[in-house]
Amino acid sequence: MGYISRGFRGKRASEREDGRLPPGQYLEDRFPVLSAGPTPHTPPDEWSFAIEDETTKLRTWSWEQFRALPSEDIRADIHCVTKWTKLDTSWEGVSIDTLLDGVEHNATHVLAFSDGDYTTNLPLEDVLDGQAWVAFAYDGQPLEAEHGGPARLLVPHLYFWKSAKWVRGLRLMDHDEPGFWESYGYHIYGDPWREQRYAGD
Amino acid sequence: MARAAVRGRLNWTLGEVVELTDETPRVRTIFLEVPEWPGHRAGQHVDVRLTAEDGYQAQRSYSIASAPEDGRLAITVERLPDGEVSEYLVGELRRGDMLELRGPIGGYFVWEAGSDGPLLLVAGGSGIVPLMSMLRHRRASDGTVGARLLYSSRSWDEVIYRDELERLAAGSNGPEVIHTLTRSQPPGWKGYARRVDGAMLAEAAWATASMPMTFVCGPTSFVESVAGGLVLLGYPSNTVKTERFGPTGG
Repeated sequence: MGYISRGFRGKRASEREDGRLPPGQYLEDRFPVLSAGPTPHTPPDEWSFAIEDETTKLRTWSWEQFRALPSEDIRADIHCVTKWTKLDTSWEGVSIDTLLDGVEHNATHVLAFSDGDYTTNLPLEDVLDGQAWVAFAYDGQPLEAEHGGPARLLVPHLYFWKSAKWVRGLRLMDHDEPGFWESYGYHIYGDPWREQRYAGD
Repeated sequence: MARAAVRGRLNWTLGEVVELTDETPRVRTIFLEVPEWPGHRAGQHVDVRLTAEDGYQAQRSYSIASAPEDGRLAITVERLPDGEVSEYLVGELRRGDMLELRGPIGGYFVWEAGSDGPLLLVAGGSGIVPLMSMLRHRRASDGTVGARLLYSSRSWDEVIYRDELERLAAGSNGPEVIHTLTRSQPPGWKGYARRVDGAMLAEAAWATASMPMTFVCGPTSFVESVAGGLVLLGYPSNTVKTERFGPTGG
């Protein structure tokens, strides 16, 4: 327990009791935005998604081809490292299992890359088995650019910076390599339940 | 891409509240003596953690207002409606209280004196805070690179750091400070009186040929519109660094 703050009582939400708020998080009903720079606006006819390894593009989809893939409805709580948590968000997206199906590799990690030169790193096992998607709709509507549209990664079990906005592909890696925020002092893995906000947490 | 220096875990540390200054009716600056503060760069933020007697805790991040050169750490906090932590910091905290802190955090939205190119700062409301750290850092380091601040507030009474900005602007090699007041203006106001738009940016922003470095901070809608407007003026995306905050910001 920390230093007691004289006169601080705080506001305990009822949801805190049912164990859905990771340590240090608070409930947010709105959908805040966090980005390092201007919002890119890539029209669908210029959009593509790639699976590549460190030398070669292994697969690509145009927007039309991507949208023809089987998609899933996802309901998830999301946790931002800036402390807000939003419960029961609803998304539609293509599972990473679908995108990697039949791709031969011996990767241990992936580096997601996005418009605007944003990258983020994840262990491969964290994006498999129904844990991660490329999402193109939020709350039944096409995903807005400021929230990462036309498509963003969705990895709800990690802090939300790992759910890269404006995602354009996954690079299969045989090692871990820090992405954008991970290079600026944020945690290499980012588990909200272990409060892995910053390097060394 | 610049890499942050490798460092160990950021630990919670205690700071003593040594001074409180009301900047506007809803905004207060908290000056802290933090014996174990490791130092920071202009634009970084710090986590604040409050603990109730029963052990319940709440944390938030706040931009650092003081320059790296200043002896005391300052954060400037806006009281948000129903803000669990901001109401305490603005309304309850007194001189002599201790605050738990962890930082500094963030290494991208950072400006260091000696960087190339003129500096363009665009602030909406309390988005001025990390930009003020940059202006204070620039003054403390006698930076010669030009600096311009375009600052949008609702009214003259809600301009944070108003007097200090005037003094800075009047000083030798001071920044140009351009205000816009979006809701109400004092009698005889000759400055801008509307939200920041493309035409205002075209007038206030440096020519792209001078390779400016730009920092934009404010509520999400403000940052979206300003950053998008600068890109339309030809500012390369990777020279426009943004920070969004507030009840509708991250």
